[in-house]
Amino acid sequence: MTENNELIRSSAAALAGKLAAREVSAVEVTQAHLDRIAAVDGKVHAFLHVNTDEALAVAAEVDAIRAAGGAAAGELHALAGVPIAVKDLIVTIGQPTTAGSKILEGWHSPYDATVVERLRAAKMPILGKTNLDEFAMGSSTEHSAYGPTHNPWDLDRIPGGSGGGSAAAVAAFEAPLALGTDTGGSIRQPGAVTGTVGVKPTYGGVSRYGAIAMASSLDQIGPVSRTVLDSALLHQVIGGHDPRDSTSLQDPLEDLVAAASIGNVAGMKIGIIKELHGEGYQAGVENRFNESLELLRGAGAEIVEVSCPNFKYALGAYYLIMPSEASSNLAKFDGVRYGLRVLPKDGPMTIERVMGATRAAGFGDEVKRRIILGTYALSAGYYDAYYGSAQKVRTLIQRDFDAAFAKADVLISPTAPTTAFKLGEKLNDPLAMYLNDVATIPANMAGVPGLSLPGGLADEDGLPVGVQLLAPARQDARLYRVGAVLESLLEAQWGGPLLDKAPSLTDPSLTGSALSDAAASSHGGSH
Amino acid sequence: MAAINRDDVAHLAHLAHIEMSAEELDRMAGELAVIVDSVKSVSEAAGDDVPATSHPIPLTNVFREDVVGHTFTAEQALSGAPDAYEGRFKVPAILDEG
Repeated sequence: MTENNELIRSSAAALAGKLAAREVSAVEVTQAHLDRIAAVDGKVHAFLHVNTDEALAVAAEVDAIRAAGGAAAGELHALAGVPIAVKDLIVTIGQPTTAGSKILEGWHSPYDATVVERLRAAKMPILGKTNLDEFAMGSSTEHSAYGPTHNPWDLDRIPGGSGGGSAAAVAAFEAPLALGTDTGGSIRQPGAVTGTVGVKPTYGGVSRYGAIAMASSLDQIGPVSRTVLDSALLHQVIGGHDPRDSTSLQDPLEDLVAAASIGNVAGMKIGIIKELHGEGYQAGVENRFNESLELLRGAGAEIVEVSCPNFKYALGAYYLIMPSEASSNLAKFDGVRYGLRVLPKDGPMTIERVMGATRAAGFGDEVKRRIILGTYALSAGYYDAYYGSAQKVRTLIQRDFDAAFAKADVLISPTAPTTAFKLGEKLNDPLAMYLNDVATIPANMAGVPGLSLPGGLADEDGLPVGVQLLAPARQDARLYRVGAVLESLLEAQWGGPLLDKAPSLTDPSLTGSALSDAAASSHGGSH
Repeated sequence: MAAINRDDVAHLAHLAHIEMSAEELDRMAGELAVIVDSVKSVSEAAGDDVPATSHPIPLTNVFREDVVGHTFTAEQALSGAPDAYEGRFKVPAILDEG
C-alpha cells in the first residue's frame, strides 16, 4: 500500500526514471493507478470510462520489450509505460467517446485522434476517458450529461471545466498525466482550481485531428500534469506537424524539456497585465499572485506593467465567435451518421422532425443555448454587427498582445478570478459561469500559448490559486522556462508540492456528508 | 441592436433543428436576452479601419500529396449509424408526402 502510494504520487518524469532503471514494472505502475481509480473515483468521478485491459496489455508489452533488451528496448520512448488519461472529447479506438453528451452515448470512434496515435507510438498505457462539460461547453463539468466531477480539494466544489475530469484525475493521483482541450481556458482554469499544471500550446502546435470540434479557430489540445516538467515531456509527445490537420503548424517542435530545465529567469522581462487582476479578483487570488511576482523579482526577473485595453471586449467577442463556430460544428449531429436517433412522438417521420427530436433529446441546456446564440450571431442582418465585430476585436486583442510582448518576454496574470466555487452555485446563471474564463480567453482569441501552475492556497478558503503565464505565438518554451523556475521557488517555500496539502481521499475518518453526497451524485447519471 | 425575444428563439430553434417546448422557449429567451445584452459592446469596439481576424495564425496553400490516404471501409463508416441498410446510411423521409 505504501509502495503504491509512492508510485501514484510520483511525477511522470520520476516514473519514467524508475521504469528505465527497471526499479518498477510498467504493469505495477499502471495497476497502482487503476487501483487508485477504483478506490477514489466513486467520490471524484473524474472518469467516464476505465480502460483496464488495454492499459495493462500495453504496460505488459513495455515490460516485455524492456526485459528482452536490445535495440527495441533502447528505442522505447522515455515515457513508455507511464500511464495517461484522455479527455473524452478526443476520439479513441477501443473505448467509447461521448464528449460528455447523451447524443454520443456508447459511440465508438472508428479512428484514433493523432494525439492518441502518438501516445500509442510512445507506448503510454491509456487509463481511460475523463469527464467534461458537454462538448467542452462550461467551466465546472456540471454540464456533463453523466454528472459532475468533484474537486479533490473539496468534493462539494467544482473541479473547473471543461476539462475538470482530466485535472481532477491528476490532482487525485489517479493518473500522472492527462490530455485536455482548451477553447477558452478548459485546460488552464481546471488546473488553477485543482492545484495542477495545464498548458494550452500555441494554436496549431498540437494536432486537433480527432478532437471533436467546438470552435475550430480557438480549440487546442494540450497537456495536464502535476509538474511543469511533466507537461513539457507530454507536450513533446503530442506536439509537432500533422498533415491531417490543415491548421497544424509546420515549425519543428522546440526542446521544451530543455526549457523546463534551464533553471533561471535572470534578466527576463515579465509583464503584469493591468487589466487582468485587481477589481473582480478574489483577495486570496490576488495575494498569491503578488507573492509569485516577488519570487520572480527575487530570482532576477524584471517585472514590468503592460496594458491590454481591448481585453475588456474579449469575453463578449468570445461569446459570439465560439457559439457561432460551435453551432456550425454541431450541425453534424443529425441522427443519421452516428449517435442518437430519436423519433418524434407522432406526426410525419421526416428527417427534419427526426433531427429536431434527436437534438432536443440529445443535447443539454448549455449546448442548446450556445447553438441558438451562434445561429443568431450568424443570421442575416446580424452577422456584421456580431460575428464580424467579434472578428475585429480579435485583431485588436492580437495588437494588444503584440504591444505587450514588445515590452515583456512573458506575461503573467491570475489564471482565474476566484478559487473553486460550490457545485450548483453558478449553474443557473450562465453569465456568472462565463466570467470564470475572463483571464484565459484572450490567449485563445490570439492563438498564443498559456500555462497555469499552482500559486498556493487562498487565505480565505484554503483552496488552490492558479498563476497564468502567456508567451508569444510559437514561444511555448518560455512558458516552461519561467514556469519551472516559479514552481521550484514556490515549492521551496511550501516545503514540497502544493498537492501534499490536499486532503486524503481514502482517510476513513472522512466519511462526512460531503463524501457520501458526492458518491451518491456521481452514480446519479444525468442531472 | 435589437433585443432577442421568444419568437426569435422559436425561429432560431427551427433553423438549428432543435425542438423546444413552450417552457424551454420562455426560459431560453430570458437567458439569451441577458447574454446578448452583455456582448453588445463588441459591436462598438472596433472601427471600420480594423480588419477582421478569422484565424489566429493564418496559413496559406496547405496542400497534401495527391495520393490515397487512410479511408474507412463501409462497415467502419456505418459502425456508429443509428440505422443502415445494405451498406448505406438509412435516412428518414426527406419530404412529407402525407
